[in-house]
Amino acid sequence: MNSSVADMTKKERRAIPRQDMNERDAKERAKCFDEVTLGYSLQEAQFEAARCIQCKDPACIKGCPVGIDIPGFLDCIVQGDLHGSINKLWERTALPAVCGRVCPQEMQCEAECVVGLKEGREPVAIGNLEMFIADWARENGVKNEVVIPPATGKKVAVVGSGPAGITVAGDLALKGHDVTVFEAFHRAGGVLLYGIPEFRLAKDIVDYEIEGLKELGVKIEYDSVVGRTVDVDELLEEMGYDAVFIGVGAGLPNFLGIPGEELNGVFSANEYLTRSNLMKAFDFPKFDTPIIPGTNVAILGAGNVAMDAARTALRLGAKSVKIVYRRTKEESPSRQIELHHAGEEGVEFEFLTSPLEFVGTDGKLSGIRCERMELGEPDESGRRRPIPVKDSSFVLDCDLAIIAIGTQANPLLTNVTKGLELNQWGNIKADEKSGKTTKEKVWAGGDITLGQATVILAMGTGRDAANSIDAYLNGESW
Amino acid sequence: MYRIIKREEMAEGTIVLNEIEAPQIAKKAKPGQFVILIANENGERIPLTMADVDKEKGTITIIYMIVGKSTELFASLKVGEGYAHIVGPLGSPTHIENFGTVVCVGGGTGTAVLHPIARGMKEAGNEVISIVGSRTKDYLILEDKMSKISNELHICTDDGTKGRHGFVTDELREILESKKVDLVVAIGPVPMMKFVSLLTKEYSVPTMVSLNPIMVDGTGMCGGCRVTVGGEIKFACVDGPEFDGHQVDFDNLMQRLTAYKHEEEHSKECMLNKKV
Ligand SMILES: Cc1cc2nc3c(=O)[nH]c(=O)nc-3n(C[C@H](O)[C@H](O)[C@H](O)COP(=O)(O)OP(=O)(O)OC[C@H]3O[C@@H](n4cnc5c(N)ncnc54)[C@H](O)[C@@H]3O)c2cc1C
Ligand SMILES: Cc1cc2nc3c(=O)[nH]c(=O)nc-3n(C[C@H](O)[C@H](O)[C@H](O)COP(=O)(O)OP(=O)(O)OC[C@H]3O[C@@H](n4cnc5c(N)ncnc54)[C@H](O)[C@@H]3O)c2cc1C
Ligand code: SF4
Ligand code: SF4
Ligand code: FES
Repeated sequence: MNSSVADMTKKERRAIPRQDMNERDAKERAKCFDEVTLGYSLQEAQFEAARCIQCKDPACIKGCPVGIDIPGFLDCIVQGDLHGSINKLWERTALPAVCGRVCPQEMQCEAECVVGLKEGREPVAIGNLEMFIADWARENGVKNEVVIPPATGKKVAVVGSGPAGITVAGDLALKGHDVTVFEAFHRAGGVLLYGIPEFRLAKDIVDYEIEGLKELGVKIEYDSVVGRTVDVDELLEEMGYDAVFIGVGAGLPNFLGIPGEELNGVFSANEYLTRSNLMKAFDFPKFDTPIIPGTNVAILGAGNVAMDAARTALRLGAKSVKIVYRRTKEESPSRQIELHHAGEEGVEFEFLTSPLEFVGTDGKLSGIRCERMELGEPDESGRRRPIPVKDSSFVLDCDLAIIAIGTQANPLLTNVTKGLELNQWGNIKADEKSGKTTKEKVWAGGDITLGQATVILAMGTGRDAANSIDAYLNGESW
Repeated sequence: MYRIIKREEMAEGTIVLNEIEAPQIAKKAKPGQFVILIANENGERIPLTMADVDKEKGTITIIYMIVGKSTELFASLKVGEGYAHIVGPLGSPTHIENFGTVVCVGGGTGTAVLHPIARGMKEAGNEVISIVGSRTKDYLILEDKMSKISNELHICTDDGTKGRHGFVTDELREILESKKVDLVVAIGPVPMMKFVSLLTKEYSVPTMVSLNPIMVDGTGMCGGCRVTVGGEIKFACVDGPEFDGHQVDFDNLMQRLTAYKHEEEHSKECMLNKKV
């Protein structure tokens, strides 16, 4: 079997259609938190990988923020060398199972793939294949056989255990440094754990990656809010850390600032998702944290976070879930696949609709007064500006509203850390190449420097910072 | 695990005190700050103010009223056992300085939260007049401790079994009538804080209250703890928990505290049923 795919001629390979990802049935999955994607069989993976024409100058790699050797790992799959394939992935990413699932591939690696640039053809499913190999390795106990060099005696503190922090911690442990991660929550993983829901990224995958990090010798201090429990200067001056990396994400939720936001039944997506994902409120009362399931649910916003909130509400038993967005589907910042999955599961869309006010009785939400919009001239972002339609206001009935209109930098740490310069949005200023901040011995990366970004971009900044920290610990001047 | 080294019951067993080993938190804690505790891996995150801190021993003390499933679970923990997780210190510390004359009003477990603040005020050179209230005398807590750090201590009980027969606001009005007060600190049940604030507003005396909305993370990332202060939304876990009582929308806070009433009752029932 293996050899037959490898032996296929170029022409035969070109004839292979993109292999669809197997998915749980939409009706079934809308009621449970099990993962939506079911993965490829080995045969499907080999067929898909065989669609790659092994470009001499692969454009796809330029589309990947961490520069994975894409044709390399795909060719190993075709040859049936799964060990070789996972090792190629591990050369560049510590979290292939995560990236394969949540990277916006259609805007990154797959957007550049030459196969997809030909008319009527679709790009190689690089993300799906990355997930396939990573899952195979995890399910078969295949570990990254790394040799950790002798201890350097240098201590590094990593603040935050999201993808940026995980990458820095892993990379520096592999260089022989003594790394401790300080995490505010009682579990590690950042948004991978508390934001992205189980049905998109199973939490045992995140836990498995964190275990892997610990096996490299990385220590994790939970329940440690840097800026409160311990300060950056204490880490450097009293606790003997030689370098500090800050990867605290951008976790402060935006609210709409319209009347009625204080009503019971109005939530930020952060709160709703944290209750469900991190605190496992979906399994209440086995787990003690409660959540309000809601019957008629409105989600404000139409990005990835909004889709996650909408699909979570459905799974918690809502009868109807509506996405309320002032622009149209085309302008939605969400990945197409998420919009598609949400629609399939029964989420409805109220496009060109803008909220004006939350209304309620006895302090409880009963609806949102909205107005209809139409598209006008393009604005600074190049998207057509939504403008209100006169006298179009109406009340959308709902007993639960979830606000998913983005997050900002949380000032908790930056407010109390002297010498850290911020930009106008409150994000930490860091050198683009090295991640160095304006404070000596302190680096930063991920959402706290980039603003709300992606998992893989956060990992990319983590990788750059780790290299810079390692060079510094080896004697390079600040 | 954060080990409990001392456990006491107060007010007929409805209020429990735990002294817990948490050296890093103790090192950093200031009056008015709180911690979030989780009993076990399935537990919820429960905010409680630190009623005392021993920096040398590396311990913190919490005093809580048993009101639902989680506080019931906390109360079942014995000396030597402990909490799976404690995070803190959280919230902004109390602004303590020499204001002149400060009246500290405590109700119920609020007195536990009030004690370190009153002590701080005293140490800063203020004249501290304390008023402590409860339903009946058996529910009074920390009377000795409050009396030690106050220039005057007034007790009020709703049923007249000890001290003044009446509400803390009755006592407070008399004091406000009789002398110049520079600051009132009121900590206790929401209605108590509301009525104290309404009263001090009449006399234009600045008033500080400590709010207890439902919280999750305690670090500003969920917005669940939002309270309306001066018509604006504030996050109690980072902007507070202390606010200007004259600006707080107490009715909104009371409403928000009932958000999970149904779920909380269900959760407690499930727990009690398992016990039977
Ligand atoms: C619901 C949701 C869905 C998303 N979906 C996708 C997706 O499909 N694909 C994608 O690529 N991206 C997605 N993103 C964005 C992506 O998750 C983030 O860009 C990425 O996680 C940022 O990584 P980070 O390491 O910078 O920070 P985070 O993942 O935010 O982690 C920061 C960590 O630091 C901790 N922390 C914060 N403050 C402190 C402190 N003071 N002391 C100690 N610890 C602290 C936090 O608790 C957290 O664990 C999504 C985001 C959300 C919210
Ligand atoms: C900053 C702060 C400091 C506090 N300090 C003290 C203290 O020193 N002593 C004390 O006795 N109590 C204190 N509280 C209140 C205490 O947190 C609640 O009584 C406790 O959470 C109840 O949990 P339960 O499961 O036992 O009860 P439940 O049955 O769940 O609820 C009973 C009541 O507690 C409130 N509550 C429930 N969950 C939470 C939550 N996660 N956060 C906040 N409130 C909640 C509900 O509104 C409800 O009215 C404080 C609260 C805050 C926000
Ligand atoms: S990490 Fe993301 S961008 Fe890079 S190859 Fe994998 S899916 Fe594509
Ligand atoms: S661009 Fe496409 S075809 Fe070319 S190497 Fe990359 S994945 Fe293969
Ligand atoms: S408790 Fe989450 S923001 Fe305050």
